[in-house]
Amino acid sequence: MSYNIYEINEDLKEFIPKEIVDLQERATWGNPKRGVMDLPYSKELVEEHSLCAGCPESAALRYILASLPNPEDTIIVNSTGCTSLVFPHIALHTVHSLFGNQNAVASGIKRVLEIRFPDKVKDVVVLAGDGATVDIGLDCTLQSFFRQERITTICFDNEVYANTGGQESGLTVKGYVFKMAPKGKQFDKVPMWQLAIDSGCHYVARLTVSSPKRVEQVIKKAIYVAREVGPTYVHLYTPCILEIGLNSDDGLEEMRNRDKERFAFFEYMTPHAEEVINKVKEECLL
Amino acid sequence: MAHIGQSGYSPYPVAVYEGILTPPPGKALIFNEIVDEDIAMREAAKAMLTRQNPTIFPGPQVLYAWNEEAKEKAKLVRKMAEVLGAKIIPMYDYRPKYPKINPSVEINPNHPNLTIWHNKIKACIFVGVHCHYANVALKIIRAETDCFTIAMCSMAGHEDAMITLRDQHAEDMERFIKIAEEVKRELKQY
Repeated sequence: MSYNIYEINEDLKEFIPKEIVDLQERATWGNPKRGVMDLPYSKELVEEHSLCAGCPESAALRYILASLPNPEDTIIVNSTGCTSLVFPHIALHTVHSLFGNQNAVASGIKRVLEIRFPDKVKDVVVLAGDGATVDIGLDCTLQSFFRQERITTICFDNEVYANTGGQESGLTVKGYVFKMAPKGKQFDKVPMWQLAIDSGCHYVARLTVSSPKRVEQVIKKAIYVAREVGPTYVHLYTPCILEIGLNSDDGLEEMRNRDKERFAFFEYMTPHAEEVINKVKEECLL
Repeated sequence: MAHIGQSGYSPYPVAVYEGILTPPPGKALIFNEIVDEDIAMREAAKAMLTRQNPTIFPGPQVLYAWNEEAKEKAKLVRKMAEVLGAKIIPMYDYRPKYPKINPSVEINPNHPNLTIWHNKIKACIFVGVHCHYANVALKIIRAETDCFTIAMCSMAGHEDAMITLRDQHAEDMERFIKIAEEVKRELKQY
């Protein structure tokens, strides 16, 4: 892909809205050192979103998009859920898959891109909720890990089907009661990060999005390892503040509290992944 | 019109199912009639010069400086707007930004009728819009509005437009501008 696609023809520039001109002039394309520290100064790849006010998922999307090392050549595959409300607003290539199919679709895209653009680095990143990743799409998710597809999978875990009114998901904590799950969950939360390790992921992380810098580090590591070695998995806690009865400004506090317990930062990497990460660190890209 | 099968999937009438096909190379289409390009260009110019709020909708292929031809076409779009006295409303990307669309500053292929209703546009030219999005937008406009649509396509054309000009490159756009200037002079005499 050429950077010229962002260059607006001078003759027609006056008819283009400022937000699109800014994508050409103030976005951080072509800079692998881009990160969350650019957020106050540069044009973001998501200008606005249609999520609820104060939704931690919106913060997560903002940090992830700011951290992609190669946004101009990144394809995001998403699935049905709250996240899919945001993708129409993102200034990147996104593909909406059927509910749960996201890792299968991403595998196909990655393979075709490797054939079509053998000399270019193209990152394929899956962004999906807990229902798509762990319940309905668990088969496709794990199969892509078994096949060692070079894609990064990011799961936004809000521990409930929030978009459809509060049904329990595989990632709901045992005993939790929701509007559509009045009896309380009978089983334990699925330890998806452990399943990812057992299924062959080379880099796995579990965290909340309370720390933007940490999210950036994790996302970059996951993408670089997926590029060079094989599948990577990032598990992010992005609570649905409405479903758990919090106010718009309570999301950060909720995540900070969970940082100390079931979402304490956890990172796993294989020796090969560690090698890649060290190499990237030497190049000052991390 | 069929009620099952492919055309049945479309909520709008589909020109191809009414027997209207894109014109053969070297020819153009006015409604369902295959005509010479010059005739179609004259009619297109006449529509733009006589109908209310004529507007050009340039798409990404002319808005962005992909290559030298795109730069040249952008200059010609500007000149065309001057000659036709037309407004320019860009279609800079295809994201379905509903409900955030601002119809006074952009047209979106997923709901182009909003822009046409909002600005009371009665004639428009699509230029530089990728074919699959032009096809969607032109069907919606054809079904939902009284706008006279003209498709200047660098490929095979669009049967859902009222006038279809195919294989249009920079030199063809220059020819269209010359014809528009002539038509403008002729119209001034009356």
